[in-house]
Amino acid sequence: MLHGKILRSPHAHARIKSVDLSEALAVDGVLAAVAGKDIPGGGDLGDNVLAKEKVLYHGHAVAAVAARSAFIAEQALEKIKVEYEPLKPVLSIDDAIAAGATLVNESLHTNGDTSQSASNIAAITKFERGDVEKGLSDADVVVEGTYRVPTAHQGYIEPHACTATINEEGKATVWCCTQGQFDVRSMTANCLNKQVSDIRVIPSEIGGGFGGKTTIYLEPIAVKLSELSGRPVKMVMSREEVFRATGPTSATLCRVKVGAKNDGTITAATAWLAYEAGAFAGAPVGPGCMSVLAPYDLENFRIEGHDVLVNKPKVAAYRAPGAPQSMHAMECALDELARKLDMDPLDLRLKNAADEGTVAPYGPQFPAIGLRACLEAAKAHPNYTTPPAEGQGRGVAVGFWFNIGMQSSAEIRIAENGAVTIMEGSPDIGGSRASMCLMAAETLGIPYENINAHVGDTEATGYCNTTGGSRTTFATGMAVIEACEDIIAQCKERAALTWELDVDQVDWEDGQAVPKPGVNADVKPLSLADIARSAGRTGGPLLGRASLNAQGPGASFSVNWTDVDVDHETGKVDVKAFTAVQDAGRAIHPSYVEGQMQGGAVQGLGWALNEEYIYDAEGVMENAGFLDYRVPVTSDMPMIDTQIVEVPNPSHPYGVRGVGETPIVAPLAATSNAVRDALGFRINDLPLSPPRVLAAIDEID
Amino acid sequence: MAKVHISTTVNGQPMDVLVEPNDSLLDTLRDGLGLTGTKEGCATGDCGACSVMLDGRLVCSCLVLGAEAEGKTIDTIEGVADGDGLHVIQQKFLEHAALQCGICTPGFIVAAKALLEKNPNPDETTIRYWLAGNLCRCTGYDKIVRAVQDAAHELASPA
Repeated sequence: MLHGKILRSPHAHARIKSVDLSEALAVDGVLAAVAGKDIPGGGDLGDNVLAKEKVLYHGHAVAAVAARSAFIAEQALEKIKVEYEPLKPVLSIDDAIAAGATLVNESLHTNGDTSQSASNIAAITKFERGDVEKGLSDADVVVEGTYRVPTAHQGYIEPHACTATINEEGKATVWCCTQGQFDVRSMTANCLNKQVSDIRVIPSEIGGGFGGKTTIYLEPIAVKLSELSGRPVKMVMSREEVFRATGPTSATLCRVKVGAKNDGTITAATAWLAYEAGAFAGAPVGPGCMSVLAPYDLENFRIEGHDVLVNKPKVAAYRAPGAPQSMHAMECALDELARKLDMDPLDLRLKNAADEGTVAPYGPQFPAIGLRACLEAAKAHPNYTTPPAEGQGRGVAVGFWFNIGMQSSAEIRIAENGAVTIMEGSPDIGGSRASMCLMAAETLGIPYENINAHVGDTEATGYCNTTGGSRTTFATGMAVIEACEDIIAQCKERAALTWELDVDQVDWEDGQAVPKPGVNADVKPLSLADIARSAGRTGGPLLGRASLNAQGPGASFSVNWTDVDVDHETGKVDVKAFTAVQDAGRAIHPSYVEGQMQGGAVQGLGWALNEEYIYDAEGVMENAGFLDYRVPVTSDMPMIDTQIVEVPNPSHPYGVRGVGETPIVAPLAATSNAVRDALGFRINDLPLSPPRVLAAIDEID
Repeated sequence: MAKVHISTTVNGQPMDVLVEPNDSLLDTLRDGLGLTGTKEGCATGDCGACSVMLDGRLVCSCLVLGAEAEGKTIDTIEGVADGDGLHVIQQKFLEHAALQCGICTPGFIVAAKALLEKNPNPDETTIRYWLAGNLCRCTGYDKIVRAVQDAAHELASPA
């Protein structure tokens, strides 16, 4: 097996004049080398995998080699000759949208409108309702503010890695850590101008993803290097490469304005949102716009989102992508509004809360949702009714994620002894296989211990969309339930055949076939194992299947509050208590639901307090390691208290709503609001790191 | 570069292995000895996923050279369970759902075991500071700390 390594751009923005691989190929032990031209397809994705005409961020992949050892490969990278013409980097939203800005992509026009001149704004998204100006003039109180949230990385502990091999027929096999093996297959095929049927993708156990492993970086390069060398090629990113060259989430600039009557009724709200996309279009602007006002029932609003190119790594999904940033701005503004109105911040939200029947700002009418239940649970919670300790500040915020459904398939295979195997295609990033087994056990009426769930590769299981958007327990779970129902229907047929009854004379109860009440049959119930054992005589092996495009994922709401202590000497913010309340619809595995709430809370707290990409003036990230990009550690955090609220999702057989995304949304604003409460003045921008907080304190003093 | 022959003791078993002079102990354990329970998260000593015991001391195996294992005693996650019987700390991680993706878990268990051997009755703050060298991005640490507290309690008063 060979080891592949990547040469990365030393410039944030430069034209590539030439790439010469010849000296690298001459190094003893090097068997293949590739540059941009070897990744001919994939559009922006292919250009991100290996740069073609321009490098667009510091760390952008330019070339790669495969050698007998990683050490030789690294040495050979130094022999690759690349000639650059450096260009001015565009490093902030303000610079990117200024008149006369340097263009990251000279042929990009806003919303594809070529009648306008080229721009760094790839797209503008708008949602509008009612008469905003009238709403604002009707208000007794108006608050407004500008808020910035920095770039943060998903910070999964396992770096990206893959191994690829390609046979003499041109069929490739790729092993990789991913949230979606089917997307890896289609993306890799596109980049290499191959067919999806030319590539088999085997997803490994995954060491964290949080959205960051929904795209590809290494896979087409590894396949190409394998094709050129005739050997399997393994590629592993260093942690530094993960920070410099994989997708973090967007930094944002958000301007919001809210007007309300003295009783707290919001009369109008506006949100002007700009998201850094990185080097290629595709920031999570849509979800940010969908989320910013989703918790509220409003007559008048205007939401405008901008997808802005800058010379930084292309952003990737990160847990509720787009929502934490826009909702940070709005939930901070609502905190200021509550202060001006002298209202409890939960009462202000209750006064305006969306409910069943409310038309969401992004269009659909909400079915049963749990926002009001969460707000009421928070108000009654002992952690809320007890005031914060002397000197501490408390901040409240609401979180939201719309959740997604999409395509899933599942198979249920019954062994001769009745043991159940679930085969599905959603990589398990937080315990979903256990949830699948629990739902199958409930549906089939058999013990959990009799069931195993497996995530299949692209040749072993039916198509599933990528694990993301909080869809897996909802959508793939629904496929598992339907596949179990298929098994039950088959078992009833087999029992009817055995008993010489009509199938509609047979019931399925507690994991066995029984004659319906009133049916005159002197037979013993047949268990799944009984039916499986004699399946050869009744029609062959039992195999249940379902495939679906799941509708009605059920929006998810949360309420978070935190108590903080601010050290006026150092500017350090200590989180003393944190409580998360969230509607899970129906918690299939309550401990895992709590785990999602706690984990998302701490990611949000890290983003609020410390995490940020720090760039120098040339666009080089200065903190590309876990020592300097500081995610929360155990000693930074208190226990994270949770309360699960259950307002069943009417679209799921067991009432499930996705729970994974929402927990990261509210902690940003809750922390900002708590620091505001502790200090007596607001710091609008994140992170609330010691240097920023200390500078703000010094300025006030 | 010529490989270096190393004789070492891993999880109580004497072992011989050839290592490259620039291999880390983490590389040696994973690629040389096939002990892949020890994980790489950063290779710079910042995440603790590669935690092992080296002559009774908790170390990041990514910061030790494989060649330095000569004559040393190494204990890894693979040696924590007693055959099929899980160690109390492992059992408590399961009971408390103290993991999600699981990549940090071996490092946390090795580190927590080292703590409880040194201090059988740590308070929450001691646990949090002892485990501050191990990053977990999934759990928010709450259930990990509770699992270690529960393990300490059970070890102190066996059922």
